[in-house]
Parts: sequence; C-alpha cells; structure tokens
Amino acid sequence: MTTSTITRKKPLNWRRIGAWVLVAVAVAVTIAPFLWMLRTALSSNSALASNAGNLLPADFSWGAFKRVLGLQSTEEAIADGGSGAAINFWLYLRNSVIFATITTAGQVFFSAMAAYAFARLRWPGRNKVFAVFLTTMMVPPIFTALPNFLMIKNLGLLNTMAGMSLPFLFMTPFAIFFLRQFFLSMSREVEEAAMLDGAKHLRIFFQIVLPNAAAPIATLALLTFIGQWNEYFWPLLVGQDENVRVLTVGLSVFKSQSPQGALDWSGLMAGTLVAALPIFLLFIAFGKKVVNSIGFSGIK
Amino acid sequence: MTTLTKQPGRASGRSGSHHGRKPQPAKRSMTSRLGDLKIALFFIFPAVIGFVAFFLIPTIRGIYLSFTEYSILGEPTWIGIDNYTAIFADELFWNAMGVTLQYVALNIGFQTVIALGLALLMHRVAKSTFIRGALLLPFLVANVIVALLWFWMLDYQLGIVNEIMSWVGLPRVAFFGSEQWAIPTIAFVNVWRHMGYTALLIFAGLQSIPNHLYEVANLDGASPTRTFWSVTMPLLRPVLVLVLVVTVIGSFQVFDTVAVTTNGGPVNASRVIQMYIYQKAFGESDFGYASALSVILFVILALVAFVQMKFLKGNESDLD
Repeated sequence: MTTSTITRKKPLNWRRIGAWVLVAVAVAVTIAPFLWMLRTALSSNSALASNAGNLLPADFSWGAFKRVLGLQSTEEAIADGGSGAAINFWLYLRNSVIFATITTAGQVFFSAMAAYAFARLRWPGRNKVFAVFLTTMMVPPIFTALPNFLMIKNLGLLNTMAGMSLPFLFMTPFAIFFLRQFFLSMSREVEEAAMLDGAKHLRIFFQIVLPNAAAPIATLALLTFIGQWNEYFWPLLVGQDENVRVLTVGLSVFKSQSPQGALDWSGLMAGTLVAALPIFLLFIAFGKKVVNSIGFSGIK
Repeated sequence: MTTLTKQPGRASGRSGSHHGRKPQPAKRSMTSRLGDLKIALFFIFPAVIGFVAFFLIPTIRGIYLSFTEYSILGEPTWIGIDNYTAIFADELFWNAMGVTLQYVALNIGFQTVIALGLALLMHRVAKSTFIRGALLLPFLVANVIVALLWFWMLDYQLGIVNEIMSWVGLPRVAFFGSEQWAIPTIAFVNVWRHMGYTALLIFAGLQSIPNHLYEVANLDGASPTRTFWSVTMPLLRPVLVLVLVVTVIGSFQVFDTVAVTTNGGPVNASRVIQMYIYQKAFGESDFGYASALSVILFVILALVAFVQMKFLKGNESDLD
C-alpha cells in the first residue's frame, strides 16, 4: 500500500471529527447485529419474550448451543423453549465442509490449468475460446440451474454429493479470468530457462507457475470457499436429503420446522452463529487478504 | 498481496504477453503454427468439460425448454411460443416484475449512495484495513444467515428493532409480515449485507485517482464539494458504472433472502422473479414455463448491462 495519506493542510477539525463519527456509526451498525445474534444464542428461549429489550442475555444459558449440537435431550429442549425438532447439525456441518472443500479444490485447480493454457501457451483460436468462456459470466445462475437440475436428475445424482458438486467442480469463467491475469504478469525468464533445460509444460506448471502464483491462488481459493460455504440455491434444489444437506439448507429447514409464532429463536441464532463460525475464523486469519483482493476481484 | 488491487498488474500482464509473442520468427512450419495446441488441449480439457456440460448445453437446453410444455415426467412437447404469450398475459408475472423492480430500485439506490459515502470516508479518514474488514464482514456471511438474523431482529413482537421503536414512541411495524413493508425490508437487509463490499469496490476506484489532481484542485481553491463533483465523480465514473452493472445484475436475482423470510408473501407482495421461477419449476413442475421466465430474465439482464455500459460509457475513462 502506498503511504500517501493525503498531504493537504489539516482540514477543519470538526469536519474530521464528523467523518470519524460517521465511520463509527457505520462500524457499529455493521457489528451490532452479530452481537445481538450472540446475545440471543446465549439466552433461554422461554425468557426472550419477557426480556425483549434487555441488552444482556435473557436468563443466560448454553442450552441453545447444546440443542443445536444435539447435546440436549428432547424433553430438556422443549422445556427450554425449543421445538423438539431434531437438527442434525454435525451432519450438516460435515456436508458443508465436504461440499465447499471439494468444489473449491476442483474449481481452483482446473481453472488454474485452463488459465495456464490461456496465458502461457500459444495455440490457434486461443483468444476466441477465452472470449467464449468469458461470455458465460453473463449467464445468470438461475438460467442454467433448471437444465442442470434436469441433467443431474436424469443422471440419478439427486441428493448425492456428486450431484451437488459437479456444476461447480470444473471451472468458473471468473476463476479462469482472475488467474490468467496473474499468469500473464509473471516473468517468462525462469520458465524459458527451465524450457531450455528440457522441462515439460506439466513440470513447469507444477514447479514454477503454481508456486509463484501461490498468493493469488490462495486468495481465489479463499473467496471461492466462502462463496461455496454460503451457497444456498443449488443445494436447495438437489440436496434436500438429510445425508447431503448443507448448513444453509439445514438452517432454513430448522426455521420452517418450528411452529409459526413460536420460533426457537435462541436455537436458531445459535445455529446461525455456529454456521458462520468458520467464516469468522477464516476472516480473522486471512481477513487482510480478502479485504485487499476486493477491488480487483469484484469488478471483473 | 496488495498487487491484487492494482491496475498496473493488468497492464504489465498485457505487455508481458505481447513481449512473449515478439521473438517469433516470421516463417513457420505447420507444427509451429499449431504451437502448443496438444498440450493446451490437455490443460483446458477439464474446464471445457465443465463449460460444455454445465454452461453451454444447459443454456441451449434452457432456450429449447422454453418452447415446450414439460412437467418433468415424460418428454417435453413443443408448443412454440405459447409459454411466452401466456407469460405476457400472466398477472403474476407482471406482479413479480413490478416487485423485483421495486426491490432493485430501493436496494441499488440506497446501497450505492451509502457505499459511495463510506468509500469517501475510508479514502479521506479511515484507511485502516481493520475498519474496511469490519464493514466487509456481513458480505462474507451467508445470505441465509443474514436473512435469519434480521428476521429475528425485525420480529413484530420480540424483535429488538421494534422494541427500540416502541421506546421512542413509534408504532410497531410488521416488517416482513405486511404487504407494504416486505420488499423495502428485504431491500434494506441486503443493503446492510452489501454496503461494505460495494464501498470497497468504490474505494479501490478512488485510490486509482492520482493524488496530484486533488492537489491542483486544492491550489485552485476549489471547495471540497466542487472537488467532489469536478474531480472525483468524473474520474470515478468507469468504476461506478462497473459497480452498478455488477450490483444491479445481482440485485435482479434476489432469492435467498426472500426464500428464508417471506417465501414470496404476504400474498404476492415479495414474490420476486426468481422466486416465481422457482415456484413454477419446483412447486408446480412447470419446467417449460419456468424456462421461458428465465429466458426473459436473462434477456432483461443482458439489456440492463448493455444499456448501462453504453449509456453511462463505462468503458471509457476520463483519466487519459
């Protein structure tokens, strides 16, 4: 980052103060709902109604977390204000991990291969093929979702991890575009030296290109993983079954299972909190990378 | 790490490839004209499978299905443009379009203005990565989670927002439960989720404006407001247009938030177009009709992108 903080003369002081107040308000508005999520998750559901305005957990209890994680018996859960409906959280968590990991690994790796061909190899029709790939960025997901659903159904892959993963597994135009930019900007010298030594493309790809592009590949993988972890529409279509149900779908089912008007809010908030936890952790570990990647990634 | 955000990466990329092409001799044999074709085919093979199987064929099939009647059981029967004529006479379709447009207008309107403000604040006073990270957080959390969180906070009886409103003497509002408020509420929830992200996109654009232009404006005695309209906005325009194209297209496809909170209700008040497509296909097993609806959505999105790029001249920069 450049160190060029604006070097104008100090503007009027109250102006700066006002600006900081606005920043503080924006941060508060952004963060407060997450704290409220935590506060609700640590409350007893039956105590929420009489403490709606209490900023601290109402009748503090770990019950909601226990309920969501299956550590509470049905009777206890109902006594605690839960619906008694089972939420198989560990299973959904496992499914989300598998789904997001497989699709991220496949998508990033295969896209990197394609990006290498588009950036570093010379072959007739290269730019045309790349342009065709890019046009698919314009196709809205809902448009391909219906035919893809039919295909997965015809293949007998509904409610399987394969059916959930396949459409995401091979590439996205964005991933190819993103990596191609970096491969293009890498110096050719090392590569050419290796070539003179008789190294084949496969070796160059694995031993030179991939290690040198480790940072952008990690960023892409991180963004992809977050996106896949949060994916809802496609798993909703093809992964309704318990065995492959991911967290996003599981949470919406959990919400709709409760009787109307008597939602298990504490349980629901505990569930959302645990579901979002991996994202929070990734964010704490790699937040800087994500934040700094936004300008480029979002626009193209 | 920071190279990710920088334009020069792209520029040098382009010149890099140019440089790579230069040393080639003019006369070439057959094999060198084919270049690395064989090995290239190997490298793009998986991506081509993905492209053909999950983008190309579905696109063609989707268009084909839109001219058929298909209830998932049996074979699709060709019915010409009947689906399209039915859609244009379908009140629920027009309702869905109206609802979606209302959502897009509210969502994009507020989001863009707030994000622009936040981006300027980040640029002027708060460059810290921590603050940018905090503002980005909601965007990284799943739509479903954000929707559930706000569904709770905006609950009529127990929600903290209604609680606070009643403290200050305002009447309680059934945010998700009333026809009048459902769409504005959903739009607000997604403004909250996206504002930090959009602000970061704009912020990246602000950083690419050369500092000396501000210094010149300052020396000329331009007021901050004047500088904003005469320096910042014109130079930011290409970025703003791209941001608008991306966010408007995303906004038209709102689904998750609606599905988790109102499910299209009350009555038809929040049945946005993607919800309608979903219900037609998976609720009523009318895949032909649903496909025709998604073709229409596709065309609308393409038009929106085209008009925005043309009308706002997004691909021309004033910087040169």
